[in-house]
Amino acid sequence: MADQEAVTTLSARGLTRNFGAHTAVRGINLELRRGEVVGLLGPNGAGKTTTMQMLTGNLAPTAGTISICGIDLLDHPAAAKARIGYLPETPPLYRELNVDEYLTLAARLHRIPKARRREAVDGAKQRCGLAGVGGKLIGALSKGFQQRVGIAQAIVHGPDVVVLDEPTVGLDPNQIREIRSLIRELGGKHSVILSTHILPEVEAVCDRVQIMHHGNLVYSDTISALKDFQSGHTVVLGLRRPPAMDELAALPGVATAEGISETLFRLQLTGDGDSVDALVKQSAGKDWGLYRLSPAQTSLEDVFVNLTRREEK
Amino acid sequence: MIFTIAGKELKALFASPLAWVVLTGMQFIIGYGFLKRLDDFLQIQPQLSQMPSPPGVTELVAAPTFATVAAVLLFAVPLLAMRLIAEEYRNQTMVLLMSAPLSITEIVLGKFLGLIAFLLLIIGLTALMPLSLAGGTRLDYGLLLSLVAGLVLLAASFAAVSLYVSCLTAHPMVAALGAFGVLLAMLLMGETAGDSLRARGWHVPAALAQVLSPVKNFEPFGKGLIDTYALACSLLLTIVFLALAIRQLDAKRLRG
Repeated sequence: MADQEAVTTLSARGLTRNFGAHTAVRGINLELRRGEVVGLLGPNGAGKTTTMQMLTGNLAPTAGTISICGIDLLDHPAAAKARIGYLPETPPLYRELNVDEYLTLAARLHRIPKARRREAVDGAKQRCGLAGVGGKLIGALSKGFQQRVGIAQAIVHGPDVVVLDEPTVGLDPNQIREIRSLIRELGGKHSVILSTHILPEVEAVCDRVQIMHHGNLVYSDTISALKDFQSGHTVVLGLRRPPAMDELAALPGVATAEGISETLFRLQLTGDGDSVDALVKQSAGKDWGLYRLSPAQTSLEDVFVNLTRREEK
Repeated sequence: MIFTIAGKELKALFASPLAWVVLTGMQFIIGYGFLKRLDDFLQIQPQLSQMPSPPGVTELVAAPTFATVAAVLLFAVPLLAMRLIAEEYRNQTMVLLMSAPLSITEIVLGKFLGLIAFLLLIIGLTALMPLSLAGGTRLDYGLLLSLVAGLVLLAASFAAVSLYVSCLTAHPMVAALGAFGVLLAMLLMGETAGDSLRARGWHVPAALAQVLSPVKNFEPFGKGLIDTYALACSLLLTIVFLALAIRQLDAKRLRG
């Protein structure tokens, strides 16, 4: 039983937050296990940031409970907060301090005893690739490095739960890759929950995904399940000499067909791999001039449309 | 933990030019006032020596110098306190403190102590001026101690009020102007309300009005009188505004 408790690092039940008459987050349940990276996905304004503010004790929930490693955040805020590291959307950096001073301050605020402080700061710096910039003023660092300092601040006290709010926003592609691999690495020791509105990001780093929409949790499953769910065997077909749309839609194994342009079509397939095979055979036999056949890149938008539709049904 | 935050605030103060400007400006004003009064004192000293019990150098030079500091603090404390909370919200760094295992009381007390430490430095530098005369004359150390105590209490009440106003806005400049306005209003109201209430014979409300007037509470200390009522009023004012600041920050967490 004790083992069970140690495995679940964060658990939130029925989390609700109202701002006046507006409900930003409605009855959310979240669970996080050790060594797991969970992505909180949703469009802007879905309630991701509000949820994270509640999880880290920056905002009091209207209703619901949060427990960190079995410690209730609302009853014992200090003990629970000691086990959380939080990087908000804007990293909370003091620009007039240098990196070492800042991380030492963060370590002191998290009550790391003096003897272990230096070691903790050096460890965080090394993991976030900040080893060479310890003496630089934070205000003089580039955005990517500032983001790393933000992450270093969140992990300096070795928390059980790391909460990252849009950690890669505003970074260049190389920096995004580095931060992502850092997050993956963090997932080994800590549990990580990160929010984003970029679908590939979730695919790249997360084990599990929770999708929020209008303050509700509309989807919660593993990444592979999400991939199956979102793609739903949709392909993009490019034909130089296309037949009529009706003919395409009537093909065996094709559920629906819609035209993207004159020669490009989006087909929703009903069955398994065989229907793709049939499609290629048909195309070759009837000389349609097949030049492209690719799995459709479903955008986050499509996932939402699907999910909200499913909700309504 | 309170001292960690206090230390951070002190460091931040000295990292900004403001602290140095305030320190330099105050030293200049106080130094000038002190030397001017000392000069006046030396000129009238022959006449004073003919009096049966003449006032000493502490009473004629140190006491007015401390009164000048009290007046300058009215401007300086709102400026020094403006960024305490307001800037944390503007730069969104408050999250670091709120996410750390600290209570809001610790945050507020830490910031208050950081500011008080800086103000103690100003008061200490002021006290050094009359002390520099110790080699040449006999000082009234009792009066000097009372002046220092009075000024510390005054600075604490100013700091608490300014800290509270800094919690109300995310714009440091607005916080500074607001705090200055509140302190000025308290000064005037405490004076006039106290006097007019007393004139009508309402002694209890008049006594209560004194709580709101830090400068009035400083007066007995300026005469070398450790007045326990004035002391209690100053402490009460300080505690009330610190409690209001804590409440305000807690309400922000609840309201979002």
